[in-house]
Amino acid sequence: MQEVERVARESYGRLLAFLTTRTGDVIEAEEALSDAFAAALKSWPENGTPRNPEAWLLSVARRKRVDEIRRQQRRSALFDTLPVELDNVVELESSNAFPEHRLSLMFVCAHPAIDPGLRAPLILNTILGLSAERIASAFLVKPSAMGQRLVRGKRKIRDARIRFSIPEPEELPERLDAVLEAIYAGYGVAWENVWDQDAFAHSLAEEAIWLVRILVEQMPEQPEPRGLLALMLYCESRKAARRGRDGEFIPLYEQDTSLWSRPLIDQAETELATAAEMGRHGRFQLEASIQSAHTARIHTGLVDWETIATLYEGLAQVAPTIGVLVGRASTLAKARSPTFALEELDRLPSQSVINYQPYWALRFHLLKELGHIGEAENARQRAIGLTEDPNIRSHLLRS
Amino acid sequence: MKYAIIVYESENDFQRRGDEDATVKEAYWGAFSAYYGALTEAGVIAGGHGLQGPDTATIVELKDGERSVQDGPYADSKEQLGGFFIVDVPDLDTALDWAAKAPTASTGKVEVRPLLEM
Repeated sequence: MQEVERVARESYGRLLAFLTTRTGDVIEAEEALSDAFAAALKSWPENGTPRNPEAWLLSVARRKRVDEIRRQQRRSALFDTLPVELDNVVELESSNAFPEHRLSLMFVCAHPAIDPGLRAPLILNTILGLSAERIASAFLVKPSAMGQRLVRGKRKIRDARIRFSIPEPEELPERLDAVLEAIYAGYGVAWENVWDQDAFAHSLAEEAIWLVRILVEQMPEQPEPRGLLALMLYCESRKAARRGRDGEFIPLYEQDTSLWSRPLIDQAETELATAAEMGRHGRFQLEASIQSAHTARIHTGLVDWETIATLYEGLAQVAPTIGVLVGRASTLAKARSPTFALEELDRLPSQSVINYQPYWALRFHLLKELGHIGEAENARQRAIGLTEDPNIRSHLLRS
Repeated sequence: MKYAIIVYESENDFQRRGDEDATVKEAYWGAFSAYYGALTEAGVIAGGHGLQGPDTATIVELKDGERSVQDGPYADSKEQLGGFFIVDVPDLDTALDWAAKAPTASTGKVEVRPLLEM
């Protein structure tokens, strides 16, 4: 039982990707694989775990698929003209390795034809085998609706015959960006919405890091996956410092650096340096560089706001998301002045900030600092009303 | 599409409504007032009301041709109905986003249901 779970955890995505690559049909591959795992749950405790569990699962899954096709073809009177090969199965059982196709599956899940909001859920579901319920909770979606959306996405992959391959070099940067963005979305969901440190460890954050490690391993010559990995590792390194005793949010520049994890920071620095050597900049390397600049405070005790502001300028050029623009404004409050930062905030389109809590929280702090009491109170109310986090809510209520 | 965001509160939430400690009480009401403000500023609020505590509830039933009136709320559960907001939003996902921001979502439970079209 435990053995089956371990194999499922480690190999689910590889097995599913392998089974799907040929047929382009994720749903059928999932069914075959879940039959194979069911068979394993019955057989392994009795007969012992096979020497090569993955190969065992694959051959059972493929046999199930052949049975299914035979049944269908019998029905459609095409008996005995089977275009299905049972090749590889024997060979696989004797070898330890089977081809790695997870990367192709990730590119398929983050294909331009797939709704951007569905890309991260699809990747988490197929590569890591996370259930629709778990994904639905993280993304705040009705579980039955998430289940339907995943099925719809998989049907689209099959029916539109989205190609299972690594994109051509000329397409690669853009397609890789879509994959990285989807993974980062999964990480962001945890970073922004899971405030309890213990819960955080079991959240999507860990899964997202696993995914980006797969990418780095599979595409070692690409700098952006390393940039994203570095970014996530910097964030992880500050997990213990980002909340105060009452759970209140502590900005990066006020965090107690003795609570930062040095080993994680070292890992992040290594990844970022390796990426930088490749000489191709990108959004995630820039985000990681901002985190890296904050890290310098360990040694100097000071925050180099000028450098951080410059990095934010670059980031705002390539990725002018609302989160980046509010982050840049908060940096400008330090590098220039609160008035300057407030002017930046005023320039943001009101529709995009109307329900964006960090905007209102920053606005409150800036207005308060500048002594605009009435307006500050208004912003404080909005920041309270828009937060999901009970600790931030009570902290703002006391401010 | 209109949805009801139905707020179920814990015993402790109901207690906080009238807590002797003014800061506790103000934190409760302040959070709901800010939440209502955010719904209003977003232009999605379409109604709703808070309810008094479950100890003020009375159940009426006409059973087997006889009247029966009882003290107390209908459901015997840890969380009790505390109020509801009606929001007019494009889809359920948006309604769930708002539901998660309800101040007692972390201490009680919040149910979201589409309204019947009349």
